[in-house]
Amino acid sequence: MIQVQGFGAVSPAGWGVPALRSALSAGNPIPARDLSYPGSDAPLRVRPTPPPATRPEFMAHPRLRRTSPISQYAVAAALEAVGSDLSAIRAGELRLGIVFGVMCGCVNYSRRFYAEVLQEPATASPLLFPETVFNAPASHLSALLGTRSKCYTLMGDPGVFLQGLATAALWLHEGQVDRCLVVSAEEIDWLIAAALNLFERRAVLADGAGAVYLSAMGEATVELRCVTDAHLFTRTTPREMAARKAREQLGPASPGEPLFDGTIGVADADSAEAEAWDNWDGPRISPKRILGEGFSAAAAWQTVAALDSLASGEHPSAVVSVVGCNQQAIAARFCRVRR
Amino acid sequence: MLFDSLPQINPPRRVVITGAGIITSLGTGWAANAEGFRAGQTAIGPVTLFDVTRQRVKVAGEVRLPDPMPKTNLTRSQARRMDRAGKLLLLAAREALEQCQWSAPHNVPLILGTTSGGMSLGEAFYRQIIQRPHSTRGQPTRVIHYQAQRQALDAVEAFSLGGPITIIANACASGANAIGHAWQVLRAGRAERVLTGGYEALCQLVFAGFDSLQALSPTVCRPFDAQRDGLAIGEGAGILALETLDHARARGARILGELAGYGSATDVHHLTQPHPEGSAALSSMQAACQTAGVCPSRVGYINAHGTGTPLNDSAEAAAINAWAGDHAARVNVSSTKGAIGHLLGAAGAVEAVACLMALNGQWLPPNANLRAPDPVCRFPIVRTAQDREFEYALSNSFGFGGANASLLFRRWP
Repeated sequence: MIQVQGFGAVSPAGWGVPALRSALSAGNPIPARDLSYPGSDAPLRVRPTPPPATRPEFMAHPRLRRTSPISQYAVAAALEAVGSDLSAIRAGELRLGIVFGVMCGCVNYSRRFYAEVLQEPATASPLLFPETVFNAPASHLSALLGTRSKCYTLMGDPGVFLQGLATAALWLHEGQVDRCLVVSAEEIDWLIAAALNLFERRAVLADGAGAVYLSAMGEATVELRCVTDAHLFTRTTPREMAARKAREQLGPASPGEPLFDGTIGVADADSAEAEAWDNWDGPRISPKRILGEGFSAAAAWQTVAALDSLASGEHPSAVVSVVGCNQQAIAARFCRVRR
Repeated sequence: MLFDSLPQINPPRRVVITGAGIITSLGTGWAANAEGFRAGQTAIGPVTLFDVTRQRVKVAGEVRLPDPMPKTNLTRSQARRMDRAGKLLLLAAREALEQCQWSAPHNVPLILGTTSGGMSLGEAFYRQIIQRPHSTRGQPTRVIHYQAQRQALDAVEAFSLGGPITIIANACASGANAIGHAWQVLRAGRAERVLTGGYEALCQLVFAGFDSLQALSPTVCRPFDAQRDGLAIGEGAGILALETLDHARARGARILGELAGYGSATDVHHLTQPHPEGSAALSSMQAACQTAGVCPSRVGYINAHGTGTPLNDSAEAAAINAWAGDHAARVNVSSTKGAIGHLLGAAGAVEAVACLMALNGQWLPPNANLRAPDPVCRFPIVRTAQDREFEYALSNSFGFGGANASLLFRRWP
């Protein structure tokens, strides 16, 4: 049995799961802000994560002083998820695996570094370049936690977070690690907002992170029951069909089972997912309508919200659906454990 | 299901390689690369893909892509939109699939490693916004095809694979981690066949990045040389068709070799510098051998990560010394990066194919450009291609962020 030992979130609602919970229960979209970008009079709309109320201690760590927000979000969500196990991890008493899922990655520094390269490559900053690499946040997280076990950074569309859960489950099942953190994080940059704007002008870019802390043993009250196949979007399997396949593979819902979906409240963008899950009887929660489009981080928020509802005893099971941007449809089910 | 909670108790399965594809600056395909490695050729030349006039270093291992590209199941418009990275992946995958002769590959997962996917399209997207902000012509295509999942999806469609797609971005260990992950998926009984490997295309951002770190050699890349002064960047792809031994035997497949072990570990010393003693490198080498039940004395050849940077090679040498112990003087080591450059996310995969070539032909690939070995190396470095009987080859890949991976290959009798 793969158990959920903890979870954490950083989102436009704030730092921590309580902030996410409050925003979702209030049900009001977080106010969006304007973000200007070169050459355009029309600003882009974004929902950034607000600054933390107090500067987290971890930001003083030598590895994190110069990082861009993506690493800071990832670390904050991960620390919240591991909770009191932190000291055991740092002491090497637990072999901790890390699966970091990402779609856009370290765009702030990538854009800044490439701008410097175009301007004058001889003086482009060697401090920026290492932070552009996709696995930089996972590396910082490993260093902060002091873990030397397996650490993968997975790339893909938002479904990559649920893929990460399945990868972690494999590692735990095979006994390669004692615990595993699955983390996704993204950061806002005008470059990404401009790209998103090409495809869906009504979508609001958001940033933050989500983390789930798993084990194969313990006394946790929630388990990961299953992750469907990742149904790819291809010429012969369009997005709608892939979404339906994920739904079918997940099997029937139990009465009152909540669905944490990835719809954003824009009919065209949501149509594939909405169609696939149109006869869902239980309650639906759509965190992205409140928080914005956070890509892989948004899939993590959906999952964390589902886990939070189970942990509170509200429901015996919950489903997360992710119909990604350009790769895959995938779903997962979590259940409360009877003890 | 990618995961379900029903208990699956599977004895570990043996994993074999039945197809291998490779493309590097030495050429396209197994034969051209085997010939080039064996001859000790160096395929590093002037960069033509982007402007390097203001860079400190101006050479790399560029690939000559065939024109036209071979036909696949992609439509003409899909093929037209493919970027350079996707083409490299396609060419190597095609060779591997032709060799393994899989029928109905519709349920074959694809597990790939890359560091930057189609980054050159991301660069073009940025340049257009800056230079012509009111023009969106071509921009949506750049956004989509810049992402690594697009290259993987093109490969899926080109060869009618079923997926799922897993893309590991563990910097320069990506290719080795991808192959290792595929090995674990097969070993655990989660699939019978997996197409796996790594790909990487040259791009300005990454080239300039290594140049900014002064990691590129301003002279000649010569791994493990006492006077080494940096690496050369390369591009290419290496793809393996992996399957369980039972599956390969049942269909009477020709087996190229066995993937016997895999180890990975994380070095938390520094974002870009390895621990001076190579502690995580040592862990990954030990883990690869332990999973195979093989002691260092049975390993006849190590294809080292051997980038040619002062810090990497000394840390790796320390790790090999510690791993081999008394056997160090008898384990032959070379890096193929002097010949083709450092292929970053593809390095581990291309070097896996080099190990297979060596095991199949029973020869040792030379370490190009070596003049005087660094005295820290207590092991012999292969200076010219040598015929040698050996059963196991170990391939090391160590990357930014402390990603360390080792793969252990066994000759198939």
